[in-house]
Amino acid sequence: MTTVQTREPQKIHPHKFTLWVGMGSIVMMFAALTSAYIVKKNQSSWLEFELPRIFWYSTFVILASSVTIQLAIKAFKAREMNRYRNLVTITAILGVLFLVMQGLGFQSLELKNIALTGAKSNSAASFLFVITFLHMLHVLGGVIALLVIFFKAYRQKVKNYSAMPIELAGTYWHFVDAIWIYLFIFYNWIG
Amino acid sequence: MSNEAVLHAHSGAATHEGHGDHHEHHHHETFITKYVFSQDHKMIAKQFLITGMFWAVLGGLMSVFFRLQLGYPDSTFPWLESLLGKWAKGGHITPEAYYALVTTHGTVLVFFVLTAGLSGTFANFLIPLQIGARDMASPFLNMLSYWFFFAAGVVMLSSMFVETGPFSGGWTAYPPLSALGDASPGSKTGMDLWIVSMALFVVSSLLGGLNYIATILNMRTKGMSMTRLPLTIWALFFTAVLGVLSFPVLFSGFILLIFDRNFGTSFYLSDIFVNGVGALPNEGGSAILYQHLFWFLGHPEVYIILLPAMGMVSEILSVNSRKPIFGYMAMIGSLFAIAILAFLVWAHHMFVTGLNPFLGSIFVLLTLLIAVPSAIKVFNWLTTLWRGNIRFTPGMMFAIGFVSLFISGGLTGIWLGNSALDIHLHDTYFVIAHFHIVMGVASMFGMFAGIYHWFPKMYGKYLNNTLGYIHFWVTIAGAYMIFWPMHYEGLAGMPRRYYDYSIWESFKQFVELNRFISTVAMIVFAVQLLFLFNFFYSIFKGRKLTTLNPWGANTLEWTTPIRPGHGNWPGEIPEVHRWAYDYGKDGHDFIPQTTPVGADESHH
Repeated sequence: MTTVQTREPQKIHPHKFTLWVGMGSIVMMFAALTSAYIVKKNQSSWLEFELPRIFWYSTFVILASSVTIQLAIKAFKAREMNRYRNLVTITAILGVLFLVMQGLGFQSLELKNIALTGAKSNSAASFLFVITFLHMLHVLGGVIALLVIFFKAYRQKVKNYSAMPIELAGTYWHFVDAIWIYLFIFYNWIG
Repeated sequence: MSNEAVLHAHSGAATHEGHGDHHEHHHHETFITKYVFSQDHKMIAKQFLITGMFWAVLGGLMSVFFRLQLGYPDSTFPWLESLLGKWAKGGHITPEAYYALVTTHGTVLVFFVLTAGLSGTFANFLIPLQIGARDMASPFLNMLSYWFFFAAGVVMLSSMFVETGPFSGGWTAYPPLSALGDASPGSKTGMDLWIVSMALFVVSSLLGGLNYIATILNMRTKGMSMTRLPLTIWALFFTAVLGVLSFPVLFSGFILLIFDRNFGTSFYLSDIFVNGVGALPNEGGSAILYQHLFWFLGHPEVYIILLPAMGMVSEILSVNSRKPIFGYMAMIGSLFAIAILAFLVWAHHMFVTGLNPFLGSIFVLLTLLIAVPSAIKVFNWLTTLWRGNIRFTPGMMFAIGFVSLFISGGLTGIWLGNSALDIHLHDTYFVIAHFHIVMGVASMFGMFAGIYHWFPKMYGKYLNNTLGYIHFWVTIAGAYMIFWPMHYEGLAGMPRRYYDYSIWESFKQFVELNRFISTVAMIVFAVQLLFLFNFFYSIFKGRKLTTLNPWGANTLEWTTPIRPGHGNWPGEIPEVHRWAYDYGKDGHDFIPQTTPVGADESHH
């Protein structure tokens, strides 16, 4: 078979496709949890409380990190490796900052005597904690992926010109960002 | 091929055999990379199959043990004590052991045998071979999928050896039995291990499912359009979609369960008093919430189990009738309809939990709608057989047996789907009979059909036919003799999960019938061991395959060498020119998919 025949319309890379299906699967998990939240809220003894203020700031942080990773992908494609490394570093730092801020948000609730877990806890706070915590784990996964890519960028022996890893990481990063936006809107105005 | 271009594009370790033309050189493989941490989809399929067999024997043996108790409640079996120790004190299975056996039997058969063992085996084996791909989209994730399954199995197995025994609250693991360690002995360490094992299993299923979908949609060979795919692939595709969308929901249910168990939250728990512990502080939780999350997976799960069997049966019926499958597009359409409806009927498992009767009536309607695509499929299978030139190979026998069982079990589904009838029938042996026939035994038959049919491709040997026929006739006769009487017991109101029916005035009349069922169950179990002997003996000593295409089938897997290496085709991947079901066309017995369409051919 000649190469002319094999160049069919550009198909999506299998790994990228797998990532999209995987993200669909993650969406199902959060959809299940938030619908459980709604079911539970309509039953008795639901505690109403203010969302921690810091969640507003953390939303801003994760939005900013989506911008930086997009710039990082652009820099990689332009082979501006210094700029690329800086942007990846900033993105990872913003990711960690986001995680810390979510943790601080939990702490502020505990300080207001709203127990997240344990015998005194109400499902309202427990739901907020469990769903947000699961989202944090997904962000952590993104940070780890970025770190792996980051150290690969310093390897001297093997030069990698494929933008696929950083594109995959970028897609995933936007995805966890979008999930948080969804959760934030859900906590504030839907749930 | 675009397929190879893709494989070359990423520099994974698994792609070095993806080269087309210079494939002859011998690639060095160690024992570890070939048989243990293999990334070859064919080897991974065999790993899934043999691990599944291990679990099938163990799960089947468990049913023999609890059937001993049900059939002979007054007898003692000293050998049981030497085998099970304190779980069968005095040769009599204890109530705790009985519940643990029932629970583990259910979990193991549903998840380890009929999910991993069935779709793990045949999705891995058939997808790349039948669509014309060198391997899966990600061979590495595929390998991880098996090893997560293996780890899940190790954890589940270890739960049988802890002091308080394995989990014993039923395979559905409803709270509070699953959420409170003090609720029963099995709810302690056994439940911890159960949930860890199931979490690992969910990861395994997701990794596998992602790969199957990505492979089917992206890696088909030239000319293999979606409507030229064999029905096996369509069925495995919908199976994977169901798994990827429903397993995360089960996982979220498990996460909330873990928090209730270990971190004192009250998602599922409310107003509970445990004997010996006292009142619990948990308030406001709802056990129904768990049931919703569980059955949102649980119902698609029965189609995850059934669809691969349906797909393989469609293929095997067509090949061995020497006729095209009847209604190819209708088969795809009905698979699609079943996949959609699978997500809309979960609450029919909860008719008697206090569900709003109006809501229940909607679920009745949606549930009964499943009869439509199911009937289309049955009609098409029968019309495929109709006036066919049938070859009764063991694989074909099991495929026909599948159709029989699917009809018998499907009809009782129409009874159970009615919320009014369900008030009487729920949690009785009628339910047990229904789902064992339609989901359990039918899918096992699909799996046996697949093994008999594709064994020559897997191992380059034939299975022994005589043993195959014995296996078939005893199993189908036994399946009906075991489960048919259970319908009567269920209609008479005999509840499931009881330890001893002989002490109930209403159910004393069934003592003899239960003994009959238990006896048949043991015979059927013994015949499965005969099958296992056939399987393992034939791998080494079976009649050797001498032709590439022993069944005269059209699909691509029969164009590979008798023992294909990693990469499947030594040269180029063949191009596909037609659908998979040109049997008996224009005077030709069969026309493989790789044959170009001739000028003198009738309509194409």
